[in-house]
Amino acid sequence: MKKKTLNRNTRKNFATYGLVIAAYAVLQTMTVTGSITSSLKGMLVPICAYVVMAVSLNLTVGVLGELSLGHAGFMSVGAFTGVTAAMALQNAIPSPALRLLIGMAVGAVFAAVAGVLIGIPVLRLKGDYLAIVTLAFGEIIKSIINNLYVGVDENGLQLSLLTNKLALAEGGKIIINGPMGITTIEKISTFTAGFLLVMLTLFIVFNLVNSRSGRAIMAIRDNRIAAESVGVNIVKYRLMAFVTSAAMAGAAGTLFAMNYSTIIANKFDFNTSILVLVFVVLGGLGNMLGSIIAAAALTILPEALRQFADYRMLIYAIVLILVMLITNNPVLKGYLDIIKGKLTGRAKKPAGPTPEGGAENGK
Amino acid sequence: MKHTTMKKMIALALATIMLVALCACGGGSSEPEAGASAEAFKLGGTGPLTGGAAIYGNAAKNGAQIAVDEINAMGGIQFELKYEDDAHDAEKAVNAYNALKDWGMQLSLGSVTSAPANATSAEGFADRIFSLTPSASAPTVIEGKDNMFQMCFLDYPTQGGASAQYISDMQLGEKIGIIWKNDEDYSTGLRNSFVDKAEELGLTIVAESTFTEDNNDFSVQLTEMQNAGADLVFLPMYYQPASLIFAQANAMGYAPKWFGVDGMDGILTMEGFDPTLAEGVMLLTPFNADSTDEATQAFVAKYQELYNEIPNQFAADAYDCIYAYKQALEAAGATPDMSAEELNDLMIQQFTSMTFDGLTGTGMTWDATGAVSKSAHGMVIQDGAYVGLD
Repeated sequence: MKKKTLNRNTRKNFATYGLVIAAYAVLQTMTVTGSITSSLKGMLVPICAYVVMAVSLNLTVGVLGELSLGHAGFMSVGAFTGVTAAMALQNAIPSPALRLLIGMAVGAVFAAVAGVLIGIPVLRLKGDYLAIVTLAFGEIIKSIINNLYVGVDENGLQLSLLTNKLALAEGGKIIINGPMGITTIEKISTFTAGFLLVMLTLFIVFNLVNSRSGRAIMAIRDNRIAAESVGVNIVKYRLMAFVTSAAMAGAAGTLFAMNYSTIIANKFDFNTSILVLVFVVLGGLGNMLGSIIAAAALTILPEALRQFADYRMLIYAIVLILVMLITNNPVLKGYLDIIKGKLTGRAKKPAGPTPEGGAENGK
Repeated sequence: MKHTTMKKMIALALATIMLVALCACGGGSSEPEAGASAEAFKLGGTGPLTGGAAIYGNAAKNGAQIAVDEINAMGGIQFELKYEDDAHDAEKAVNAYNALKDWGMQLSLGSVTSAPANATSAEGFADRIFSLTPSASAPTVIEGKDNMFQMCFLDYPTQGGASAQYISDMQLGEKIGIIWKNDEDYSTGLRNSFVDKAEELGLTIVAESTFTEDNNDFSVQLTEMQNAGADLVFLPMYYQPASLIFAQANAMGYAPKWFGVDGMDGILTMEGFDPTLAEGVMLLTPFNADSTDEATQAFVAKYQELYNEIPNQFAADAYDCIYAYKQALEAAGATPDMSAEELNDLMIQQFTSMTFDGLTGTGMTWDATGAVSKSAHGMVIQDGAYVGLD
């Protein structure tokens, strides 16, 4: 029985990899042959960034079972630190791909540090404290960056808070300019980089979930007291999942920011955090493939609805409600299971808890 | 059991029908735009048509539409205008810009607000699509981009300096206080340039106080101003917070001289605002809806008839943009079958050499950086109307 579950998991993981690779291959072919619309082409990198955001938040919400309402805060930390690093190294490293890689690594590290700082006190507590603290964290980060001035000259990076007191040497340039954010970003994010980041994120998440640590994390989610009683180090494993999630969000932030010539702190507000949470909830808690599809679909949807002009946000809302209705409709669910059963050649008990469904039943 | 399932299915079916019906409505209204003739220049712009800054986006869109309708009715050059919503967000603005590109935009009206304009101007620069933004005043919008031009008067950093200069020249105040919004680039940019210039001119700034988005109570800031004895308060902000400041200062009996900026334009027509509170407010603005010249009067009357409100500076700037395009296209002898890139080169040539008279100024010229040169007028609000200060 146990072997069978593992197999199904592995199969699903490979199906997820396969789908992402197939989507990349199709879109890349379309880009090369020029049959893609500018509108879709412009959305490829943001979609990758949102997919990484959704998958990483799913690790916190679905696998760890903790609510985070400030995931955009980590994205913000990653975006601003990553872009600053890439811009500061503009002259030192000529290769844009390498600079992007370093930017994403720096973004991931800073977001991880922020994750550790929040996680150490909060993850020791029981209850919904993480949701409250991450909510505050998102707002604090927004406020700090709105008052932060960073410049670079031949002497290196210079920082100033509240007002612009930077005294840059000749040839120096200002990078983060308070509420104006970063305005002179060189666009070096590419769809290929986004694709690789998505693959890396999936690889990390799948391997973490299927490892001994992953089982410990899920054990904590399902029953904290039981897990504690068999000697699982609660704080360590919760921190592990949370910090991994934060680091990936940081890398996604850098990818996202490097796709636009400008980025402001107010972009990563509470609404963005909730948007990512919507991707996760709509795709299914703990279901990475669902998160990927939801993130891509909900990023494209508002753009696809542009032709409806003023009705667009209304239709967007109706679609969201419909998806919720349909996926929770027992009749349709029954049909879906029959189709699934026919496709995979095995009948599945409709009410049986799947490994992914555990999150919903767990808490 | 069966009944509830039936009910749910019916609800689902009804919701689907509603969705389809809505799609049909939306689709119907957008058809005439798509089916227009190939004899028209395709003008595209992005602006916040929804969300907190929607008032600016819609004003620009409406102003531009009036100009397009007038020009199309004249015969000669024909325009087709399409505005896409960017919700005052850089990411959505780039999406909107790309949608316009798919539509076949030849000339761009850029973006209405600064942060989205920073993003779309970089795209337009790379794609070689000429852009003339009505109101995105940040210097970064045009910096280093040869085909990005602005219609709005004075970059806001300059406007702050001009305000300080004006206050100093006219000796309007001895002790100056500033209330500004420190999480907004517009407000921060104005405040910084004001302070820089004030220091240079030897003006005394006695108090400074800040606020952020969604702040509705200004008693702390106002008390600070009052305690410092400020006799003139500079308010670099849009009109929504300003309207609250006037009302609350009035309630606490504090009446310094108020000095505003162009973003305060529109305060007199704001719903639920008592215009007597803004009595005596001074501001620098290029457009005055109460001006007596014929073109302005005609524009204001038309705008009121169609949209039932008094146009603000954004509408006037967008209106001017369309007429500037008309003048440039006529002078260059451009035809609608030209590609965006060909038009781009022609427009750069024309705009850097022509002189344009519009609602927001006469004798406007553009330099190679894309910045417009036109003068700002000091205005003061008297008896619920703008009156020239000089």
